[in-house]
Amino acid sequence: MSSLVQGFFQAVSLILHVDRVLFGIILLSLKVSGLALLLSTMLGLPLGSVLGLKRFPGRDLAISTVNTLMGLPPVVVGLFIYLLLSRRGPLGFLGLLYSPSAMIIAQTILAVPIVTALCHSAIVNVDPLIRQAARTLGATPRQETVAVIREARYGILSAIIAAFGRVMAEVGAILIVGGNIAGYTRVMTTTIALETDKGNFELALALGIILLAISFAVNTLLHAVQKRGAVRAA
Amino acid sequence: MKLVIEHIRKAYDGRTVLADCTYSFSGGGVYVLMGPNGCGKSTLLRICSLLEGPDGGELRYSDNGAPLVPGMALRRRMTLVLPRTGVFNTTVFGNAAYGLRVRGARREEVASRVRDVLTFVGLSHKLQQNALTLSSGETQRLGIARALAIGPEILFLDEPTASVDEENTTIIESIIGDLKREGRTMVIMTTHDRDQAERLADRLLIMKEGKVREA
Repeated sequence: MSSLVQGFFQAVSLILHVDRVLFGIILLSLKVSGLALLLSTMLGLPLGSVLGLKRFPGRDLAISTVNTLMGLPPVVVGLFIYLLLSRRGPLGFLGLLYSPSAMIIAQTILAVPIVTALCHSAIVNVDPLIRQAARTLGATPRQETVAVIREARYGILSAIIAAFGRVMAEVGAILIVGGNIAGYTRVMTTTIALETDKGNFELALALGIILLAISFAVNTLLHAVQKRGAVRAA
Repeated sequence: MKLVIEHIRKAYDGRTVLADCTYSFSGGGVYVLMGPNGCGKSTLLRICSLLEGPDGGELRYSDNGAPLVPGMALRRRMTLVLPRTGVFNTTVFGNAAYGLRVRGARREEVASRVRDVLTFVGLSHKLQQNALTLSSGETQRLGIARALAIGPEILFLDEPTASVDEENTTIIESIIGDLKREGRTMVIMTTHDRDQAERLADRLLIMKEGKVREA
């Protein structure tokens, strides 16, 4: 318990004293996770929309696959990307191993199935009358699709919130492909793992509290947007 | 606009819904289709509004004698209001504006037209309210307003009062009555209510065994 209290006070102290190293770690965490979230949304939203809106052979198999991939073990993803990006791997010539780019790739791979599956779910749950309404009012097929996706917007936001939680909390994959290099690939979660190994529990806890606070702030903001939509629809 | 249907056939999973529908709709006025459940009234409206194709037969649209080619441009000159209106999760204004916006109408035109139609159906005081909070009767009136906003030459109404209370039924009948008096829009509607049909119809049509005939 005393470690928890000390961790809390150390977190406050680190923030108040504008610790440059700490801010560097926080900024890199936000940069890596933010870009991964952006990429996974750019990939997952169209994929989820196709699964939700189109009928094609193998669709059921694709949905089952995406749902299964939601539970991808991060260390397996890390290992897979490591093998791809290592010097002797097929993409080794890119020189991305132990770089923030490799961490972004790993987080994106972990988040894409979450965004895809939850976007698909949000879109298939839109009332079929919406599509019919758009059609009867003269919408083109593309405009119909936009109308359905627009109706699913709060569900899509939930998908993004879930993916954000996954990427911010990720440690296994980025530790393997990023290498936890101080000042270059060291992010909050990998620092927590390192400081815990060193027995520096207070700093680890302090970082954990800051990580939670950031997640809480982002989730509260997104939830407020979502709630606003739900209240208006109630 | 004139619409001629000839020998229209439609079947779903081997079950014939429309056997041989032939009729000519022209000018303004209100055509009311009556018939038992499953006799094909809704299917005929969907086919006539170009939302669905027939299995056989011919649909001919013309304007002052000039034939019109079925396609998106023609589909946008008419609209269908379903028995249960699906509203978008946005304001009443946003819903009523949808048809104009997908046509790329200018903002001022949208604002003015939407205010006119919402006044016409008695919803102008709910302009900024979320459409999902409306009662079922108000929702159906919004469905009609949304359809009228685009200025359709043919307005198809599929059982417009099936899911609304008596008060809203009276309001919707009055809206149809106003359209009839204005005479600019041809209304083709279905109903189960014989009294309503007789109150509103210029032409009363009966659908039986997949065919249309005048009552």
